[in-house]
Amino acid sequence: MAEYGTMRVKSGLAEMLKGGVIMDVVDAEQAKIAEASGAVAVMALERVPADIRRDGGVARMSDPEKIREIQEAVTIPVMAKCRIGHFAEAQILQALEVDYIDESEVLTPADLEHHVDKWAFTVPFVCGATNLGEALRRVAEGAAMIRTKGEAGTGDIVNAVTHMRSVFGHIRRLTSLAGEELYSEAKVLQAPYELVRWVAENGKLPVVTFTAGGIATPADAALCMQLGADGVFVGSGIFKSGDPERRAKAIVEATTHFRDAEILARVSAGLGEPMVGISAASLDPTELLETRGW
Amino acid sequence: MEKPLRIGVLAVQGNFREHAAVLRRLGAEPVEVRLPEQLEGLDGLILPGGESTAITRLMRLYGLDEALRRFPAPVFGTCAGMIILDRDHLGLADVAVERNAFGRQVRSFEADLDVGMGEPVRAVFIRAPWIEDAGPDVEILAEVDGHPVLARQGRVLVAAFHPELTDDTRIHELFLNQVREAMSVRA
Repeated sequence: MAEYGTMRVKSGLAEMLKGGVIMDVVDAEQAKIAEASGAVAVMALERVPADIRRDGGVARMSDPEKIREIQEAVTIPVMAKCRIGHFAEAQILQALEVDYIDESEVLTPADLEHHVDKWAFTVPFVCGATNLGEALRRVAEGAAMIRTKGEAGTGDIVNAVTHMRSVFGHIRRLTSLAGEELYSEAKVLQAPYELVRWVAENGKLPVVTFTAGGIATPADAALCMQLGADGVFVGSGIFKSGDPERRAKAIVEATTHFRDAEILARVSAGLGEPMVGISAASLDPTELLETRGW
Repeated sequence: MEKPLRIGVLAVQGNFREHAAVLRRLGAEPVEVRLPEQLEGLDGLILPGGESTAITRLMRLYGLDEALRRFPAPVFGTCAGMIILDRDHLGLADVAVERNAFGRQVRSFEADLDVGMGEPVRAVFIRAPWIEDAGPDVEILAEVDGHPVLARQGRVLVAAFHPELTDDTRIHELFLNQVREAMSVRA
């Protein structure tokens, strides 16, 4: 008997994406460039985060027509975003047979208290997290992949680094706690005790952990990989730069050879203009996307 | 004591760490391979699952495709690894492989698979391919709905599913036995 949508099958796809780059694309043409550049998956969007930030207003799930156009253009997995807690958007994305749903803080949240019950779906979900407790709450809700959040659409890596340090550092500290200390740690983390104990015993999250938000250069990707990410999402950093194809290829190579500084030096050279960044520190707290998620 | 087998795992992208973990459990020494010179002196090589388009491109960029065509020892490809070994890519296995043959992720599944080793193995298929056509020297070891998903041709073993995602090590043991046989023939 074939079983569909088991946790092993859902997290299995994330396992296959490891060591790879997932790229935001807004149309078939960009999707083809991403695939030819070595992306392991594309995120189908109507607007990249930098434009969502600039335009303001309510950001929602993409038009299904747009998603279909991108699905037809490439053979690699196609992901798409739904709003936090918007399970009806998620149902639509599952009906479209997207390969992964990103319940994303980049879109305007639909529920200020609850996330989507991801166990109710066959299609796997990836969710953002800024700290270990948030990551484990998402796993408890059925997320099959986590991405640490940076501040999307800025081209500033600092928040991605802060949150990776927070998640991976906390995991390292958990592994040194005594068994009885894990109960109160679960209380502090506001996460299920069983997951806290699993992390303490295994020294990692139970699901693949990528990083996202602010990655704009090959060096940014290598930094994230060396800090412990399993792979990277690049949003605005590629198609908001001067030479997207060249930059996309360079970031892919940097993600594979993230410890080889000679290769990193070579692929970093002559890439043209990076995306124009916004310092995350200059943003008003109300403009931050990463704080969305509960 | 027997010297541990040194088995390379192609590590340009994909789930190479899980293959390395299984190899360690079986007493072999895994070696991550990202550049051609890292193939030197290996007793065998595993091509893991991942995205075949991304892996193929990264292999070509660093000359790993040519180096692999000259690689003399046994090779085991799972999922994307099976695609990379087929007629359209490295040509080390005389098979035509249909990519994403079972469909998109919502059609990914796990099932008990009879591989002719007694108890069935729990096989995990992730956007999996199948073998569409196989040459006369290819031995089909398992099928799903009439589509070959595990096959062997001389020193090459291919699987459409992911034995590295379960605790059952029998498929990897099958490969390591192939490696030992090849070494005794060469010795």
